[in-house]
Amino acid sequence: MAHRSAEEWQPARLTAIRDLTPDIRMFEIAPESGFVQPQPGSHIDLALRIGERADVRSYSVVGPCRDGVYRIAVKRLPTSRGGSAYMWTLPVGARLTIAPPANLFPLTRGRPEYLLVAGGIGITPIYGIALALAGAGAPFRMLYGCRSRDQLALGEELRARIGDRLEPYISAEGKRVDFGREVARLAPGGEVYVCGPIGMMEAAKHAWAASGRPPELLRFETFGSSGRYASVPFVVRIPRLDREIRVPAEASMLDALEAAGVGVIADCRRGECGLCALPILGVEGVVDHRDVFFSDGEKAENAKLCTCVSRVWRAGEGAAITIDTADREM
Amino acid sequence: MGDAAYPRNTWYAAAWCHEIGRALARRTVCDTDLVLYRKSDGSVAVLEDACWHRLLPLSLGWLDGDQVVCGYHGLRFNAAGRCTHMPAQKTINPSAGVRAFPAVERHRLVWVWPGDPALADPDLVPDFHWNDGTDWIGEGGTYYDLKCEYRLVVDNLMDLTHETYVHAGSIGNDAITETPFEVTHTDRRVTVTRWMRDIEAPPFWARNLGKPGNVDRWQVIRFEAPGVVAGDVGVAPTGTRAPEGDRSQGVNGCFLAAITPARGNTCHYHWNFVRTFKRDDAELTRAIQRAHVHEGKGVYDQDATVLEAQQRAIDTHPRQPFYNLNIDAGALWARRLIDQMIARERADAPHQAVAAE
Repeated sequence: MAHRSAEEWQPARLTAIRDLTPDIRMFEIAPESGFVQPQPGSHIDLALRIGERADVRSYSVVGPCRDGVYRIAVKRLPTSRGGSAYMWTLPVGARLTIAPPANLFPLTRGRPEYLLVAGGIGITPIYGIALALAGAGAPFRMLYGCRSRDQLALGEELRARIGDRLEPYISAEGKRVDFGREVARLAPGGEVYVCGPIGMMEAAKHAWAASGRPPELLRFETFGSSGRYASVPFVVRIPRLDREIRVPAEASMLDALEAAGVGVIADCRRGECGLCALPILGVEGVVDHRDVFFSDGEKAENAKLCTCVSRVWRAGEGAAITIDTADREM
Repeated sequence: MGDAAYPRNTWYAAAWCHEIGRALARRTVCDTDLVLYRKSDGSVAVLEDACWHRLLPLSLGWLDGDQVVCGYHGLRFNAAGRCTHMPAQKTINPSAGVRAFPAVERHRLVWVWPGDPALADPDLVPDFHWNDGTDWIGEGGTYYDLKCEYRLVVDNLMDLTHETYVHAGSIGNDAITETPFEVTHTDRRVTVTRWMRDIEAPPFWARNLGKPGNVDRWQVIRFEAPGVVAGDVGVAPTGTRAPEGDRSQGVNGCFLAAITPARGNTCHYHWNFVRTFKRDDAELTRAIQRAHVHEGKGVYDQDATVLEAQQRAIDTHPRQPFYNLNIDAGALWARRLIDQMIARERADAPHQAVAAE
């Protein structure tokens, strides 16, 4: 969601809504001019309002959109007062402000084999990648996990387009992806594309690391990444500045720090670059590391957290973290 | 790039195969900076020539195995453009990468596809078999970054009337301007055919034919959109039925051009002149090469001088760029096929040139 210049934002209109499952809704968005053909793995950005605040959310484009209309799909999260709740309030005809497709999850062509893994709403980028691979005649399999069959968004479309290369994994039926086995059967030089909840991403990463395959051949998209814990409000204490800042459930710690006037350097705002990381002095609760910048070992040490995505959780109330900042001379 | 005068979903020659080895080579194709190198399996890799991190040209770095190491902070990219190493951190940002471009080697040239990689079909590489170094013999070269728009070179080659004036004394003579020609086309090719019957052979051809008397001279120039020209040229003694299809008594050559848009109004002009006569005569091969390009005096040097001067004049004269003559029919058909390729590309994907990457 970073790296958008002012002139990239353009007016658009919500032209259609379709519920893919009881809690996943597809939105068709027509730009007023200048449609850009999205490549597989692309996302668009939407400017939206969360409470009183203007904010930006990135959504993967669903499918190739050859008809000049962007499609995105958004899952309604009952506890969310953030982006998904806002999107679900929009009526057909609503005016939107969007930024055109950009791609942080591009597909590499010409690999000997591909394994696609989608979990829940993580289907959104994987869908277009699957269609692109099918169109290119590339060998691939797609594992698609969700809780129950009625949550298998785009399942029928996929069945029609890619046939039995689609393998549903319904957890209510006791079926879970065995990443160790799946990685072992992938052709040498093959790539894996994963998008899903953090547990799925971590399982994929661990199996991949254990296999000794080159790390760059495991591809993952991170916006979907939830934490291990629910997003709850917490308090940030900064003894150096004698400040105490409240982070609401629907805002990031970085947003709250910036809104409070605390100087923080940040760039990607999606837990990838590590620039916004700050030292942890103490925690009441647990740090829910949601970034992909720190290694597992670094996360276990709990010395720093990426403030753009990571949070603090505690049962009941009273979640808090004490941090330091760079506001000092050496 | 929305108004670019070239299609992107096509193969362009970017280098001679022998020029791409284990050193990083830099080329600009269709206003896109590229770095080219040969992988250890012998195939050619082409990446965007700008580091993901701070845009330093990767061509200023070095190869380690099949990976490019940026010469600034040591980020590494594999041949697919994926970042495989970042300094001072234990993980790799999953978004990090540079664009990789499809490339194939065909007809002794490296061809690059600047557009949508999903459409890059090696069977679409233009026919350039005369350059294979097997049946036809010749050693060419490239004018890299020639300071004219690529279509000016196409114009030049599609109308050989200019030989009479630009190349007087070698291959030009008055017969060219006095003989009518025929232009035919499909949706991908244009052919300009000219037969000059019972004429005096110009000096180059007279020498190589080595037979007395008048000749029938042919020029059959084939353009394949957007930037390849192959000109089948030669002479045979008049009366030996060459126009009817028997060229066995004559001598036959073919001038070759693979022209690639570079940056702005510049292009790369890969050229060759190949022949089927005196195939084992290495001295003749060198002499023909020198006759085309040699210290500014070769026939192609004469063209390069004219083309760059023409581009400068276009840049400084605000009027409608050209008037056209009857002799420009081949060039105008070539330009129409190029325009149609661009139009088809825009219709398929309105902003293919800036498709999200």
